[in-house]
Amino acid sequence: MAASQAVEEMRGRVVLGEFGVRNVHTTDFPGNYSGYDDAWDQDRFEKNFRVDVVHMDENSLEFDMVGIDAAIANAFRRILLAEVPTMAVEKVLVYNNTSIVQDEILAHRLGLIPIHADPRLFEYRNQGDEDGTEIDTLRFRLQVRCTRNPHAAKDSSDPNELYVNHKVYTRHMTWIPLGNQADLFPEGTIRPVHDDILIAQLRPGQEIDLLMHCVKGIGKDHAKFSPVATASYRLLPDITLLEPVEGEAAEELSRCFSPGVIEVQEVQGKKVARVANPRLDTFSREIFRHEKLKKVVRLARVRDHYICEFSWSGAVAHTCQGGWIT
Amino acid sequence: TEEDQELERKISGLKTSMTEGERKTAWKWSRQLEQIDTEYHTLGNSLHYMIMKNPEVEFCGYTMTHPSDSKINLRIQTGGTLPAVEPFQRGLNELMNVCKHVLDRFEASIKDYKDQKASRNESTF
Repeated sequence: MAASQAVEEMRGRVVLGEFGVRNVHTTDFPGNYSGYDDAWDQDRFEKNFRVDVVHMDENSLEFDMVGIDAAIANAFRRILLAEVPTMAVEKVLVYNNTSIVQDEILAHRLGLIPIHADPRLFEYRNQGDEDGTEIDTLRFRLQVRCTRNPHAAKDSSDPNELYVNHKVYTRHMTWIPLGNQADLFPEGTIRPVHDDILIAQLRPGQEIDLLMHCVKGIGKDHAKFSPVATASYRLLPDITLLEPVEGEAAEELSRCFSPGVIEVQEVQGKKVARVANPRLDTFSREIFRHEKLKKVVRLARVRDHYICEFSWSGAVAHTCQGGWIT
Repeated sequence: TEEDQELERKISGLKTSMTEGERKTAWKWSRQLEQIDTEYHTLGNSLHYMIMKNPEVEFCGYTMTHPSDSKINLRIQTGGTLPAVEPFQRGLNELMNVCKHVLDRFEASIKDYKDQKASRNESTF
């Protein structure tokens, strides 16, 4: 019994010891464990595999993938970061820039602005094609001139009062449709995702007048094309109490973990500790600083349960995530 | 010495597992070194996992030729039973099936979440 428990732990759990982490690598390949059939079986995989979306909103997605291996979960994460295409500003044609922000700095900032456009409706631009066509390019115009406010109070020192148009935001970018784009995309659908990103600041007499070309690209080429702000995953924590913990020790135990992980209940007049929600734990390993308590707890992670948390810049709708597999 | 004897026994074991005449050709086609001009660990590690899950495969490993080159060297060795190209193709197919299944489940789960959320919003009315 003990032997098979140890084998199960080796196969299914990554154990966090006091001075190191054990069982990190995947070992369930055919031939490694006698008595186990580890050959690839698509049906067995499909039966065990589960995806549960925990939380989803405009900016982030949290979901659990159970029954998959690190190699494949990591491949998904890498693809999300580097190979899902988006549209971003690539070429900036500067007609007039008398601001103190240099042309190249301004162009760099413009490139990083997330653009609300579905990249699946566009093609990649051909190499060497300078102007671009309606099928692969979006054009935006940015034209802002700062002037003095004639109605400002004489002794005011607040730039918001003294100057007009002194802050250049993404809402000042206007979309110039190419070819038949005006028919394909209704008014207001092609725009920067956020209209309050500060691009530059101006003072009276300074002007920015430029034309931007947006193309389709992938994160591997330049990070501005990456659709996700962060794409990370962690393994589900698995905390086991090897012995019952009661009384003061129970309170101490609950303080060693993130709030909500350990619950102290009153059972027959005694305080008893119970593992309530290990998912919340961030594994600070505080428990190892307590001589008596560290022997009572086993910290581990479930090897094939991935809690994935992705947050994005909003450039690509959630349904686009379907494209990542292909 | 004992070690020498052990080694000899192992070598003779190998020899007898393959017929004399076929030895040279078997050696060649049961091992394959493939150079793939694609992205690195994204394909390399996941493909390596799928190929290792094949019980016929004796050895599978991949390295990157140089971090600046986007090339990987993938090596597969079967025990002389199969041409090594076979687990490679099978691994690729299986990887595709896995991805398709994950995609289906993911989309179904997103749809469930959206439906649940919608019904929860309605119930607050």
